[in-house]
Amino acid sequence: MALSFMDGNEALARGAIAAGCNFFAGYPITPATTILSNMLKMLPPRGGVCLQGEDEIASMGYCIGASMAGKKALTATSGPGISLYSEQISFAIGGEIPLVIADVQRLGPSTGSATRGADSDIQFLQWGSTGGVPVIVLAPKDALDCYLLARHAFNYAEEFRCPVFIASNKEIGMTKESFDLESVTLPAVVERKAFSGVNYLPFAAEPDAAPPFLPIGGNTLVRQTSSTHGPDGYITNDPEVIAGSQERLRRKILDHVERITLYEEDIKPGSDTLIISYGVTVRAVADAVEILTEAGRPVSSLTLKSLWPVPEALLLEKAADFRRVVVVEMNLGQYVHEIRRVLGGGRVEFFGQMNGVLITPTQIMEVLCNA
Amino acid sequence: MHSYLNTSRPPVYCPGCTHESITAGLDRAMGSLNLPADKTVMVTDIGCSGLFDTFFNVHALHGLHGRALTYATGLKLADPSLNVIVTMGDGGLGIGGAHVLAACRRNLDLTLIILNNFNFGMTGGQCSVTTPADAVAGSEFLNQAEIPVDICGIAESAGATYVARCSGLDTNLHEIVAAGINHKGFAVIETLGMCTGRYTKKNRLSPSVLQQMVEDLPPKSGLVARNQRPEYGERYRELCLQNCRYPEPVTVGHQVDFPDYHRQEIAILGSAGMRIVTAGELVCHAGLAAGMNVSMKNDYNITVLRGQSVSEIQISPRKIGYAGSTAPTVVLALSDEGVQQRKKLFATLSPGTFVLKDKSVNIPPCTAEVYEVDFKEWKIAKPDWALAALCFLATKEQAINWEMLDIALKAQFQGKIYLSALGIADKIRCAMATL
Repeated sequence: MALSFMDGNEALARGAIAAGCNFFAGYPITPATTILSNMLKMLPPRGGVCLQGEDEIASMGYCIGASMAGKKALTATSGPGISLYSEQISFAIGGEIPLVIADVQRLGPSTGSATRGADSDIQFLQWGSTGGVPVIVLAPKDALDCYLLARHAFNYAEEFRCPVFIASNKEIGMTKESFDLESVTLPAVVERKAFSGVNYLPFAAEPDAAPPFLPIGGNTLVRQTSSTHGPDGYITNDPEVIAGSQERLRRKILDHVERITLYEEDIKPGSDTLIISYGVTVRAVADAVEILTEAGRPVSSLTLKSLWPVPEALLLEKAADFRRVVVVEMNLGQYVHEIRRVLGGGRVEFFGQMNGVLITPTQIMEVLCNA
Repeated sequence: MHSYLNTSRPPVYCPGCTHESITAGLDRAMGSLNLPADKTVMVTDIGCSGLFDTFFNVHALHGLHGRALTYATGLKLADPSLNVIVTMGDGGLGIGGAHVLAACRRNLDLTLIILNNFNFGMTGGQCSVTTPADAVAGSEFLNQAEIPVDICGIAESAGATYVARCSGLDTNLHEIVAAGINHKGFAVIETLGMCTGRYTKKNRLSPSVLQQMVEDLPPKSGLVARNQRPEYGERYRELCLQNCRYPEPVTVGHQVDFPDYHRQEIAILGSAGMRIVTAGELVCHAGLAAGMNVSMKNDYNITVLRGQSVSEIQISPRKIGYAGSTAPTVVLALSDEGVQQRKKLFATLSPGTFVLKDKSVNIPPCTAEVYEVDFKEWKIAKPDWALAALCFLATKEQAINWEMLDIALKAQFQGKIYLSALGIADKIRCAMATL
């Protein structure tokens, strides 16, 4: 068996290509730059297009244009770039434009620390757009996950016609590691549902689904707009039409949470504590859990790969039998708010760190043992 | 002649607004070229010029203020058969200035019509980047302290291949626009117009004044001879054909048996420019050749040839979880700033840890076994210290052996670089034989 050796950014780029990505635009920013440089090497030989935008706003605009022409588009940045993407993200949400956005997070706020990791943007990714519409955010724990979640991200983007974020981290994107690429089981590639009837209305859809797609440049004329629109793609101020489409933007995601819920679990018999984590921190959690279990103090763990929409049913089900729930994340408490909202605050403890270094297995063991 | 106008959505401009005649001129230009509607897209942004996409029966994309050219670029590169027409006001021109410059430099086959009416009509007549300093605009006195831009002059210097300026009421407007659409490359057409809802209420502007303004500005009548060059999309696709080799992922198979291999954690503490990351990759490759799992976590600053460079490697028969350093088995101390970055680590080292330090490097007290070498004395150049340290490890069979390292060197280096690495290996072996 030959192992692959690559960092999370390369794995994400390769996963995107394997998912059918054929358009990339991005702007250099540490620690996401190597996704751009990998795509620049990989897309041209595959007949795809890869651009370096004049800035982040342009890069997102290129992706939006290409996606509306039917391409599967990826962009990659870090926190400061997400800030600049924000208005275009809102457009992609409102215009139901499929896109995958890799956020290789670094320590914020602001320009923060370019070469220091943190899960800085976990709330920002959901709420950093206008309108308060649900988005999909996936969180890899390692390079193999970057490869795998790129497939899921494109599939969700195509099915739900929305931007999907991959919340990576400097400590994943720029950490090189070995893994067995052959061992990964990938879901089948999902393609955008094409409209097949007559009299196309670009935003006419079932109340809980994305509208069928036709590309700009095809035989049927297509309208796309960032403004509040009716099914015909023209501006509307009809309150009923507006309410209907606002509701549909929510329902097309929230009614399908179960299918968007990706997770791993390690439930140990006899344990009374469930530790919930995501991202690179999962790896330290796994080490801590293993050491404690071997020492006769079994602890169970739940790894969230889908952060948004919040997998509420999963959290309720998995946490039901535990006296104590410990949430660990590489920030000073972002996603724990969602977990407390779902599980109630009483039994949920939190441990976080925001100093540019990884949370260690030892720190996690101390938290677990200090009941 | 075919009209593309959407009769169910007629223009909704203020009476006397020049946008109305530009709408007609654009329709006539498209008709004269007989553009296929399904291969034509109107891309607009915010403001009165942003209404254009609703007036035409072609594909339409209406987006954010000043960003129309970004969508247009994505559309055109994704589907080169599209005729992409972009309308933008002087507001969009200002907020999206970087995109205008990029489009001029690039020369992608897009047509940009700038509807310059000297103010932000929709929001109350505020000054824009084209408002004259002596105009009365909706931003109090602010325009008096600035000068308006000549976008045609800027477009020319930024590399646009077609630049034209005319009054929006010019009877030849359709011909100028048609020539722009027909031009294979980026075409910029600036039209000067009257905003009757706002601007002309306080500023004297008439068809003849507009015409006079055009005549008073440097003439811009189409092809810019000095900027002519291949269209970007064609050039892009041509260059792609020259870069047609897909980079396959690096995979390393199990080639060396290293019996009873225990998990190793190697910390290489050096500085930028010392090829620390390359050394880390060599160690990982060596580990993979022995059938192990590996991970490499690097720590450096954003500076390129300055600052510390630290590489932390794990080599393990088991799957690797936490990728940070916990209890190093090997520490290579190659520079003071690298050591400083991990100074707390030394107190935690166990007596079994193998520490190699260069003579010039200071390390904090520790209980580990410390080997001191003098790479300078051994005539090893500083950028090769990390590689030399790996040769030292291989000779001592610490974490790696020579068979593993040689596989890694062969895989990572070719030709002269490989030979030079072998030279360093020889120096280390000879020097160590005399220790």
